[in-house]
Parts: sequence; C-alpha cells; structure tokens
Amino acid sequence: MSKYLPLWPDQASTMASQVDALYIYLLFIAGVMTALIFIAVAVLAIKYRRQPGREAVQIEGSLPLEISWSVIPFFVMLTFFIWGGVIYFKERTPPADSTEVYVVAKQWMWKIEHMEGQREINELHVPTGQDVKLIMTSQDVIHSFFVPAFRLKQDVLPGRYTTLWFKATKPGRYHLFCAEYCGTNHSGMGGDIIVMDPQDYAMWAAGGTSAPLQETGKELFAAFGCSTCHRSDAEGRGPSLQGVYNSPVVLEDGRTVTADENYVRESILDPTAKIVKGFKPVMPAFQGIVSEEQLNALVAYVKSLAQPPTGTAGLQNQPAASPAQPQNMQVQ
Amino acid sequence: MATTTVIPATPAPKLNYLNNGHTLKSWLLTTDHKRIALLYLVSVTAMFMLGGFFAMLIRLELLTPQGDLMQADTYNKVFTMHGMIMVFFFLVPVVPAVLGNFLVPLMVGAKDLAFPRINLLSWYLYVAGGLLFLHCMLNGGVDTGWTFYTPYSTVGSNTNVIEAGLAIFLAGFSSIFTGLNFIVTVHRMRAPGLTWGRLPLFIWSNYATALVMILGTPVLAITIVLVAVERSFHLGIFDPNLGGDPLLFQHLFWFYSHPAVYIMILPSMGVISEVIACFTRKRVFGYKFVALSSVAIAVFGFLVWAHHMFVAGISLYAALVFSFLSFSVGVPSAVKVFNWTATLYKGSITYATPMLYAFGFIGLFTIGGLTGLMLATIGINVHVTDTYFVIAHFHYIMVGGALMGYLGGLHFWWPKITGRMYPEAWAKLSAMFVFFGFNLTFFPQFILGYLGMPRRYWQYPPEFQVLNVLSTAGASVLAVGYLLPMIYLLWSLRYGPIAGDNPWGAAGLEWKTTSPPPTFNFDETPVVTWEAYNYDEIPEPKELEAPVAR
Repeated sequence: MSKYLPLWPDQASTMASQVDALYIYLLFIAGVMTALIFIAVAVLAIKYRRQPGREAVQIEGSLPLEISWSVIPFFVMLTFFIWGGVIYFKERTPPADSTEVYVVAKQWMWKIEHMEGQREINELHVPTGQDVKLIMTSQDVIHSFFVPAFRLKQDVLPGRYTTLWFKATKPGRYHLFCAEYCGTNHSGMGGDIIVMDPQDYAMWAAGGTSAPLQETGKELFAAFGCSTCHRSDAEGRGPSLQGVYNSPVVLEDGRTVTADENYVRESILDPTAKIVKGFKPVMPAFQGIVSEEQLNALVAYVKSLAQPPTGTAGLQNQPAASPAQPQNMQVQ
Repeated sequence: MATTTVIPATPAPKLNYLNNGHTLKSWLLTTDHKRIALLYLVSVTAMFMLGGFFAMLIRLELLTPQGDLMQADTYNKVFTMHGMIMVFFFLVPVVPAVLGNFLVPLMVGAKDLAFPRINLLSWYLYVAGGLLFLHCMLNGGVDTGWTFYTPYSTVGSNTNVIEAGLAIFLAGFSSIFTGLNFIVTVHRMRAPGLTWGRLPLFIWSNYATALVMILGTPVLAITIVLVAVERSFHLGIFDPNLGGDPLLFQHLFWFYSHPAVYIMILPSMGVISEVIACFTRKRVFGYKFVALSSVAIAVFGFLVWAHHMFVAGISLYAALVFSFLSFSVGVPSAVKVFNWTATLYKGSITYATPMLYAFGFIGLFTIGGLTGLMLATIGINVHVTDTYFVIAHFHYIMVGGALMGYLGGLHFWWPKITGRMYPEAWAKLSAMFVFFGFNLTFFPQFILGYLGMPRRYWQYPPEFQVLNVLSTAGASVLAVGYLLPMIYLLWSLRYGPIAGDNPWGAAGLEWKTTSPPPTFNFDETPVVTWEAYNYDEIPEPKELEAPVAR
C-alpha cells in the first residue's frame, strides 16, 4: 500500500518530527476552517434558497463581526508565525560542534567532500546522532539541496557559501533532490543520503584513501605561495590567519566583520573587497585560479588554524571530530 | 443612432456596439471599450488554449515516472511556456482586459474609458507580445521557467530568453495601459451621484488591481531589460562570476511577481462580489470592508515578496519579517471570504451558473489561502517550497480562484455582452466538471509536495506515480469542463434565447442599458441616487433559469 501510495514522508532527522508536528497543527486549523466555510456555505445556500413569499433581508454588516473575524484569525496566524519562526531559527543555527561536509553543486551532480578526505558524487554518507553541517556552493547556476526525509532544503548559489545542518536519526537510504530548476537534467540531479549507524559509518569512512581536507588545503596553501605572506607570526605582509576564523576582523574602512566561511572565501577570490586594517591591498585575486574544490580545501585549512593549540578544545569546529578515526586519517 | 422607443416591438436590429459596423476595420481600429474587450476575449482565449495544451503535455509526461513522452529539454520548454503563457498572457489580462474593459465604463456610467486610443494600443501591445512569444516558441522556445531565475537565464540557458522576455515586456506595457485607463476612469468619469461609497465592488477590486499594475509592472520590465543586458553584453548584474548578485534578480522579480498574484485574483474577487449580491438578492455584507480589503491586499501585496526566497539565502531576520508580513495579507483575504459567506445569510438564493462558480471560488480560494498561510510559516516553507505543494497552492488561487471567477463573470455578463443567454443546463454541467476536475487534478499535488516531489521534474521516483496518475486523470476532466463553455457559448451567439436588458434582475448601471449596449453605452448619462446593490428596490425576475425570449 504505502509503497505505491505513500501519504507521509519518512522521518529521518531531528527536524523532521518538529516540522511534522507544526504541519499537523496547521492541517488541523486549516481543516477546521475549510470545514466551517464549506458547511456554512452549504447550509446557508440551502436554508436561504429562493422560496415563494420570502424576500431577502438586507443587512448592512456588523462591525463587531468584522473586527472579530479580522483579529481572531490574526492571532491564530501569529501562532503559525512564531512556531514556524522557532523551527526556522533552529534550522538555520548549526550546533558549534557539527561535523562539516563541503558540497559543490554543478549541472547536474552533487560533489561531496568530507573533512576526512572521502569524496562522493550524488551520495552522502552520514552517521546517526551526529550534527552535520553542509557548506555548499555551486559551480554554475543556482541549485537547491533538498532532503524530504530531513524536511530540509537550502538553495546552493554560485559565488558564495550557503549552509545547512541536520542530525540524522534513522539509518536508511533517502532521496536527495535538486529543488531549484537548473536546466536540462534538473530532475536527474538527485542522489541518496545514506544514513548509517555510527559503527557502520566508521567502517565506511575507514575505506577512504585521500588525505583529510585541511591537509590538502595546507599543501595548496604552500603551493599557491599563500604561506609566504600569511605567516603564523605577525611579521608577514598579510595578516596572520591563526585563530582568525569566526573572530571579528577590523577592516581598513573601519567596519568590523566576522570572519566566517564566506569572508574567507571572498578574501581568497577577491582580496581587495575587504582589506584588513593595517595591511596593503597587495594580494592577487584567485578568482578563476582555484577550483571550487581547492577553495573548499583552503577554507577548511584556514578554519583549522582557528583552533589555538590549547584551551577550550572541541568548542570550535575540530573537523576531524568524527570520533571514530582520527588515527586512521593520520596514517593516510 | 439609437431608437427612441423604450422597448422595440420586434427584435428589429437596434443599433448596438456589435452591429455598429461589420468591417474588419471597424473592429481593428475601434476605440469602443466593449469591442476592445471582445478583441481581448478572443486573444486571451487563444492563449488559454495554447497554455492549456502545454498543461496537458505536462500532465501526460508525468503519467509515468520515466521521462518517456518527450525529451528533458522539451519538457523544460513545455512547462516554461505553460507558465509564461498562463501568467503573462492569460491570468494577468483575463479579467481586467476582458470583463474590466467591458464593464468599468458601464458600471461607472461613462461612455468609454478615459483614453480609448491607449486602450486600443494596449490590445495591440498585447497582440504584439503574444505574436512575438509565438515566434519565440516556434523558433525553439525558452526553458528558463516562467521565473527567469539568474544566472541560469543569463548564462546557463541557450534558448530564446531575450525574445521571450521582450514578449513579456510588451504584454507588461499593455497591462500598464489598462491599469492607467482604469485609474483615471474611476477617478474622473463616474456618473453624477456615483460616489466612491456607491461604487460596485467589481470597480473597487479593479481599481486596486490597476494600482498594482502601474506600480509593479515597470519593475518587471526593468528586470527583464537587466536580464537581456547581462545576457547580451555580459555586464555583471546577476552573475557572480561577473561581479553580480543572483539574489538581486529574485528580489526584483518577486517585487512584481508577487503583487502580480493579486493582479490575477483581485478582479475575480470583484466578480464574485457582484455575483453573490445578485443571486442572494442582497447588498454584500460589510460592503466597506470588502471594498477596503481589496486596497489592503494591493498595498500589503507589495511588502511580502521575499516569502518566495526563504531558502534562497536571505538572512534569518529578513525571513522572519517577510513571514510576518505575509500573514498580514491573510487578514483582508479572510475578511472577504467571511463577508461573502455572511452575505448568504437571510438571502433569497438561486443557483444559476455564475453562483455555482462563486460557491466554487469561495471553497477553492479558502483552500488556496489556508495553504498559503502554511507556506508563509517558514518552518513548513523550507520543506515544501519548490515542491508540488507550491504548485497545488498557487493553482488553487489562480485556477480555482481567478479562473473560476472569470468563468462565473463571463456567464453572468454574457447576456449583457452578447444579448443572448447561454444554455443553463450545459453551463451547470461544465461548472461541475471544472470543480471536480480541478480538485482531482490539484489536491493530490499537496500530498506529493509534502512527500517531497520537486516541481519542474521531468522524471520522478516511482513511488509518486499513483498520485500523479490521479492528477492527470483530473486534468482530463478539467479539460472537458473548459472545452464545453467554448462550444455552448459560441452556440448561444446564434441560438441562445434573447436575454433582455436585465435577465438576472441585477443591480448596477450596466444592467440599466440595453443588451448588447449601444456604442456609447447610455442614451443619456445616468444619475445615481441609490447605494450599490439596492436589491430591495429591484424586483426579482420571475424565472431566473430560463429568461423569456422577447
């Protein structure tokens, strides 16, 4: 039955049940309202059908009625707004210790890069019970990362990062769709989210062969010559990148911005857009020189510098936080 | 000139706008708003057939999960052209340019619209836009979706984007001219005694629509030009690789295209108010609130555009603000539904075809509106936006609402427009086909959407098939419901019973002149001394269902 005529999507993330609860509330209110209107129209239309000897009674209106059927619905809608806003707020606020995964969309595939170095195409393996933050960008047009079983969707734009986070709850294989029309094979730009038990996931993750993303980034950082100016001490021609991620940066024009992923990204591609106070606009632009994948690795590397060697460990993103295999990755 | 006898003894050809000149030139160069309305009627009907044909192709392709009826590229063009034709060449002009053109001067007791020549120009612009669009279509079409999202439309698509944009640009100006005409006419040309508080609600809603047309449409025109400039000259506006911002496009596009939804629905709301008043024999409950709610919808409609962009990458706080404002449009919409329902109370109700469409409108608009509230709820929106839930929602508003209103209005004023009655039994039958066919087509799409089927999909996972088959079956029923009126309305032009000036016993100045009206509408300028919907002063017609031939 449900295989051929499903009526409700799978629930496979912590958000799914919350979204469903709100949806059921909305369905209930909408159902009651629709029933009221339908019944009222039907009953009135039959009761006051034209009958000989009875004339219509002219009624001008009623201010109390107008006020009540404006104000009461408004307050009901306010509950929709608040509840929906709370859920959205949660959806848009990734927990600080999320495992990060980079996603690059292009016509018509999803390229996934895990921090541990595994790469996937049109598949994303994640463990249950782990907060996962996707850092996504597009190589061409706008796409949208949509996982119905998670009740989550986020457009993926060229030229910037957008993020999405979730915590999967139920092992299984779920649809990944592109939900923003992107050309010929839009409906083929899908894949699977494979949610696994942590042990299974650890086994899967151990099968990888490539270096962790920030290691790749570190090599690129040297290869592109970044390290000659952005030195780890304060003596370089460029600002030191130690601990810069997620911290406030004072710019030459006096503004203060937070060095989030989009800031790091922009500073690599178009360094003169935001000049750090006290530095000269001498860095060459890397727009068109680094690929999206290289950019992701560089961003991951810069973010890995955020962690001071000692201190409150684990609060910031420690990308290799996936508990199962730090040693494993070091071997590779 | 018009004869001076009040009622001619025989249906001897009294001079009216239809028999006042039979040459092609007398039609193509007419400045008579009623003739222009008929020109529009023919053109929008042709566009509706074309858009409906594409709709059937979409539904046929989606009968099976595999993409098997046509190529993916073809399918993308088909849904794009379905959307563009239905939105820009049918839904936006249909009620204002056909019924509004015909009725606004009649209802305000004027001889014509304020700028008759501009009115004709508006039709020519519409036709030019339509022909250009046909050319674009025959030349390979366009595949951006009706929303033209950048950077796909500027760098991704290799189809005729600029030509399609230009066609819509022209149609947009036709819409601006119609709006301009309505605003000036309502302000300057009301008959003596016809104060704002006495205006029919159809006028109020078309007035509100006209405001949106002249304030919103230029933004669309500019946006289309910007797309064309980026596409042709690679000037960075929307493409991030050229230093542009793709979200800027969405802001500009929806700044027009959300209010455009109200261009489509408001005039139909006006139709429903007229129809309900007539067939309950009552003044509309809460006249002032219904009138002002149209203006409120038009104004609030400009403040909610970014609710199309909750997952597009706008900030958390912008999303919260736009969500809140979107709910504020819900209030005046709900006010209308409640007032229409209350109008039924203690009425003397007959179930003529226009009234059946009005019942259908109330029901379907209620569902469309409530699902709109779900979409305005951000936590739900994230899941269902860009899925079939949205498709179902806006078809409930635009087809279940706007198109039902149009069909109701077309039947209601058909005797005034043509002087003939349509066959009531056939009309009721087709109204039933429309109502049930519509629900069967679009209700399953709500379920599909919540299950997660994205829109604009040429192929889909097999578990969605049953619901898609239901939807396609409904579309076939719906198609019958739309084809029937085309046949019997044409039939009635020759064989329908002569209607008489006021077959429904309706209030409103348009019913106080002959059917069809003379070229200059009224033999002498009417003086209004009564409130709108003074049904207590108008005798009920003896038998509404079958007016006696004179």
